[in-house]
Amino acid sequence: MKMHTDILENQPVETKRDALIQGDQTLESVTSKVSSIVFEWNKHPRIWYVSLLVAFAFLGVLTVGVAWLFYKGVGVWGINIPVGWGLAIVNFEWWMAIGQSLLLLSAGLLLMRQQWRKSISRILESTAIFAVMCAGIFPILHLGRPWVFYWLMPMGPNILGLWPQFRSPLVWDVFAMSTFMVVAILYWYMGLIPDIACLRDRTKNPTVRVLTGVLALGWRGSARHWRRYQTAYNIVAGLCVALTISAYSFVSFDFAMSIIPGWHSTFLPVFYVAGAIFEGVAIALTIIIPLRAWYGLQSFITDVHIDWLAKYLLGSNMVVVYGYFTEVFYSWYGGDKYDKLVLRNQMFGHYAPLFWIMIACNVIAPLILWSPRLRRNISIVFIVAMFVNLGMWLERFISLITSLSRSYIPSTWGIYTPSIWEIAVFIGSIGLFLFLMCLFVRFIPLMSLTELKTLLTSDERGKNNSP
Amino acid sequence: MKTESYQNSIYGIVAEFADQEKLIAATEKAKDWGYTRMDAFTPYPVEGLDALMGFREPFLPWLAFFGGIFGAIAGFGLQYWTSVIDYPQNVGGKPNNSWQAFLPVTVETTILFAALAVILGMLVSNGFPHPWHPIFNAPDFERMSTDRFFLCVEARDPLFDLEDTRHFLESADALHVSEVYDESETNENEDIFPARSEI
Repeated sequence: MKMHTDILENQPVETKRDALIQGDQTLESVTSKVSSIVFEWNKHPRIWYVSLLVAFAFLGVLTVGVAWLFYKGVGVWGINIPVGWGLAIVNFEWWMAIGQSLLLLSAGLLLMRQQWRKSISRILESTAIFAVMCAGIFPILHLGRPWVFYWLMPMGPNILGLWPQFRSPLVWDVFAMSTFMVVAILYWYMGLIPDIACLRDRTKNPTVRVLTGVLALGWRGSARHWRRYQTAYNIVAGLCVALTISAYSFVSFDFAMSIIPGWHSTFLPVFYVAGAIFEGVAIALTIIIPLRAWYGLQSFITDVHIDWLAKYLLGSNMVVVYGYFTEVFYSWYGGDKYDKLVLRNQMFGHYAPLFWIMIACNVIAPLILWSPRLRRNISIVFIVAMFVNLGMWLERFISLITSLSRSYIPSTWGIYTPSIWEIAVFIGSIGLFLFLMCLFVRFIPLMSLTELKTLLTSDERGKNNSP
Repeated sequence: MKTESYQNSIYGIVAEFADQEKLIAATEKAKDWGYTRMDAFTPYPVEGLDALMGFREPFLPWLAFFGGIFGAIAGFGLQYWTSVIDYPQNVGGKPNNSWQAFLPVTVETTILFAALAVILGMLVSNGFPHPWHPIFNAPDFERMSTDRFFLCVEARDPLFDLEDTRHFLESADALHVSEVYDESETNENEDIFPARSEI
């Protein structure tokens, strides 16, 4: 036993390359690196200003799209009978999946004591909250009368004395989403409290000191406070895991509870949650790879982190591919002719090109990452992640639209084409996301200082901590 | 007279350490010495420190549990009351109390109230918001959140003695040892902010 540890200790090169924090870092250097991104606002790279400009342009598109929609009504969208749910619901699902799975990743990895989570948890949580904010605008816009959206909440009976219809999956969604927002923001803010206290102690600007002083709630790092804080943090992480899995299952109930062929299946929630994780990991890579390059975070978000995320992408990819096979098997083995029709329509019908692009993006493209050499090439990982983002959006589109466009009776068949106003709102939601990300990078510590310092001083610092 | 008022308002004696090992060693020593009223202030949670100071937290998990039970009852109760008692409606022949369909909302409210209970419970039991505390008077305390570790033996400790406690902490490998008072010294304030007539 003793000899083994000696051998391990005599391999400094190996340990160094796989260390989760690279370079000669101290508590002071970690703190100043992270806080300088917030304090030295005039030193942001030019790309930050470009992103902000693009975000404003897209937000302009959102404003115009929403204004026209409110003026004319949902008729300006391409939705009609039989396809009453169009791009708005596709986008809702797509953004919702990102939010749920990123919070699930952050909280789940905490419970599994994954050390590599520590430098990316803040990015994951913030992205999750912003994505669900983007998701939230779609169901409200989709309402015929968006100004009475609060009737969805049981805030007292409406003018006819009616309450929300609690047997409807759409009302379950309202509860799932609002619970998610409250719990995710509190969890995120809890993680921020010690970091805000750090900004409070380091700032030289009196206004910032007052502001951070209020937000830090008077945090003083007391050992008793840390104990309660960690207990609460772990409990909330556990609740977040239950919350995200349940909330996205309830999103899939919108479809699974209906009797439309292709949707009506007990398998759908599992398939949707697996797809969400797949998509969430891809989005995490899409966000993290540029951020770490632009802000020089390579010593904290190392190639090991990217490698782990790529492996998670592969793992969730296998579940998703299994899901595709199961769907085919169900239709064949179940013998329901309407189910078979939906499947045939997906593969060879009007929307078939989208289906085969989706297969290329979701099934074929991630296979590249099985090669360790290609997996460690950051550009290739980024490109694969972009393919998966597209593929998962197409998957939501296909599963939603094909089932609605070919229902039971040929007289109810129809083709759906998104109108320019639907596309405008989708582009606008990307602008909203980008805008929130710009604000996040500017005002909030990009990485959790608490977690980084725990990692820095723990024994696991030099180890490639693997499950 | 002055010394007396200081004696009354002294909060404790604070030692500053460069790393967590020295802080843990000092805390162990203080515990063996018999000090009971002390607290440590660290930039990140230091494992085992709370146990050394005899602090346990059995309360918060139960708070989450009862918060969850409250949420479950409230969530199901809301649906039962609106659908069965206040405005029963026949929707597709389903029973008024369609309890299976009420479960998703019940799950969400359970999680919501469990999380709210544990987070608010943490904030309240920590006494937050608590913008000011005597320990902020300790010299160098702004480095607490960056890279310094503080141990404070509070004046309410039965063994507390200005001289002895100071000597004890100085012998524990501290960078600095300083007395911390409950209020900032008025004399100093007058120096920094001259009287209005002088401006």
